[in-house]
Amino acid sequence: MDAIDLLLILARVVMVFSLLMVVTLLLVWFERKIVADMQNRVGPDRAGPWGILQTLADGMKLFFKEQITPRKVQLGLYLAAPMLAVIPAFLMFMVIPFGKPFTLTINGVARSIPLQGADINVGLLYILAMSSVAVYAIVLAGWSSGSKYPLLGGVRATAQSISYEAAMGLSLVPVVLYTGSMRLSEIVAAQSASLVFLGRELPITTWNVLVLSPSFVIFFIAAVAETNRAPFDLVEAEQEIVGGFHTEYSGLRFALFFLAEYINMFTMSALAVTLFFGGWSGPTFEGTVPLLVSGILPTVWFLAKVIVFLFIFVWLRASLPRMRYDQLMMLGWKRLIPAALAWLFFISGALAYREFGFPWS
Amino acid sequence: MGPVEAMMKGMAVTLRQFVSTVFGKGLVTIKYPAEMREKPQRFHGRHVLNRYEDGMEKCIGCELCAGACPAHCIYVRGADNPEDAPISPGERFGFIYEINLLRCIFCGLCVEACPTEAITHSQLFEMSTTNRADAIYTKTELLVDRDGTPNHMFESDRFADLTELAKADGWMRATSPQGRVAYEGVVAWTASAGVGVRSPEAGQSQAPVDDQSEAAVDDPPDDDPPDDALPDDAPPDDAPGDGDDH
Repeated sequence: MDAIDLLLILARVVMVFSLLMVVTLLLVWFERKIVADMQNRVGPDRAGPWGILQTLADGMKLFFKEQITPRKVQLGLYLAAPMLAVIPAFLMFMVIPFGKPFTLTINGVARSIPLQGADINVGLLYILAMSSVAVYAIVLAGWSSGSKYPLLGGVRATAQSISYEAAMGLSLVPVVLYTGSMRLSEIVAAQSASLVFLGRELPITTWNVLVLSPSFVIFFIAAVAETNRAPFDLVEAEQEIVGGFHTEYSGLRFALFFLAEYINMFTMSALAVTLFFGGWSGPTFEGTVPLLVSGILPTVWFLAKVIVFLFIFVWLRASLPRMRYDQLMMLGWKRLIPAALAWLFFISGALAYREFGFPWS
Repeated sequence: MGPVEAMMKGMAVTLRQFVSTVFGKGLVTIKYPAEMREKPQRFHGRHVLNRYEDGMEKCIGCELCAGACPAHCIYVRGADNPEDAPISPGERFGFIYEINLLRCIFCGLCVEACPTEAITHSQLFEMSTTNRADAIYTKTELLVDRDGTPNHMFESDRFADLTELAKADGWMRATSPQGRVAYEGVVAWTASAGVGVRSPEAGQSQAPVDDQSEAAVDDPPDDDPPDDALPDDAPPDDAPGDGDDH
């Protein structure tokens, strides 16, 4: 570990940070545009070409707005909550690989640079932990606002997140069992090979979703609930509780919650791609195209897959009405968790059979 | 229908609309003010005061418009025409003409009441102002120029739309006023500066034309007001829309 290593780590962190900022800018615009198309509207089209700078304009506006602090707030927590929302959102994405690692030779020393913030060996666990921390932001924002609607939103967030956290965790255990690793780069690597079926190599890759599709379905429903997106946006239900937890927030503090929501949406899509759809793996045409192109192509594949999931997120929001609170709870506890448990039993039985055969044989 | 099936059905609707907006004709929004919607021909927009082709004002200061106005928003004061330089062909002319467009309900009764077709509607609907005094349109804004160009309250405004203002009033181009097919296409109005005699509105009557009416079209009453010069072979009085109820 020398100065260059430290610089490279710093560069990676800055890279992930700027990627997320740019993605958020585009994502808000993307959502508004897609929803507008689904409602036969034009959508934002004034700022920049096709209105692509709309988020920038909105962000500037929020930046210069007065930050109103109501008299009844618990000031410390009230100020901490938006930051508590943003920081885990940024940290969560740090462990997700978004491109193929490449080697760089500096001063005669070859260094492998993974395209991810940090390649830690408990990556999946870390992501679950961070997504749990993010809930605190909402709960604390609701509680410290000293107002009834944010409080209701916070209470809802507590119950909703606990319910769906369990389902999500259970749905990810089969992935860990199947690939045998919690390191996300290894999970991606395990999905890069071609699928072998009846002794023949098929031209499709070994994406986890082919084997673990029930896990994927449960994970995706739980992910939508975790990010508090429609149809699970009870936490900020405008029609019922004004703005939910962010009712009393304005200006830049509100913008931070907004930022966190969209980063979380991107992270959850990226996580779905990484765990079930092969991450950055895809044809790179190595040897036939310039080295630079084949080096960038994995990142392009990754982003293309993520965009598909982001579209589904937006599509769900444009189509489905919000669930009632009891329906939400019932889906979480009576459907998803039992289904995830049953699937976990089945997949661990199958894996045990593959490894050891029948216990009586 | 189960919840999953219902969900699929709903998502199919949004996807269909998405595809039709992106690739087809699903989009119904017009990018106003960059684009303007085509307005109905008889749109009741801001009023204009017209001139004859020789530049004479059509208004004779009779105050019938002010009398007809249910909102009392028109103020007219007539004055005798100067002998040496007459302003209108009649004895008198509209000396003061003001319409308070905050009170106006755009009912069009002034246009109907006017005996000389001096006041008509235009198609302009952008009349917002920043103070109440600006909403009172005086003769300066209402009266068209000698060449027939209408005036705008704020001509230097980048959103001032003179083309909308120049569009003819459909009311003054309507023929066959009592539904009599015989009068369709008969011009019963005077020429205006700039545009000359406006052509009649097209396609008023969708009803099938019988032999009697066709014979009547061959010999239309040229310059008499229709009510006074009913041709003998006009449709019978019980024809639809043929009542004298107004």
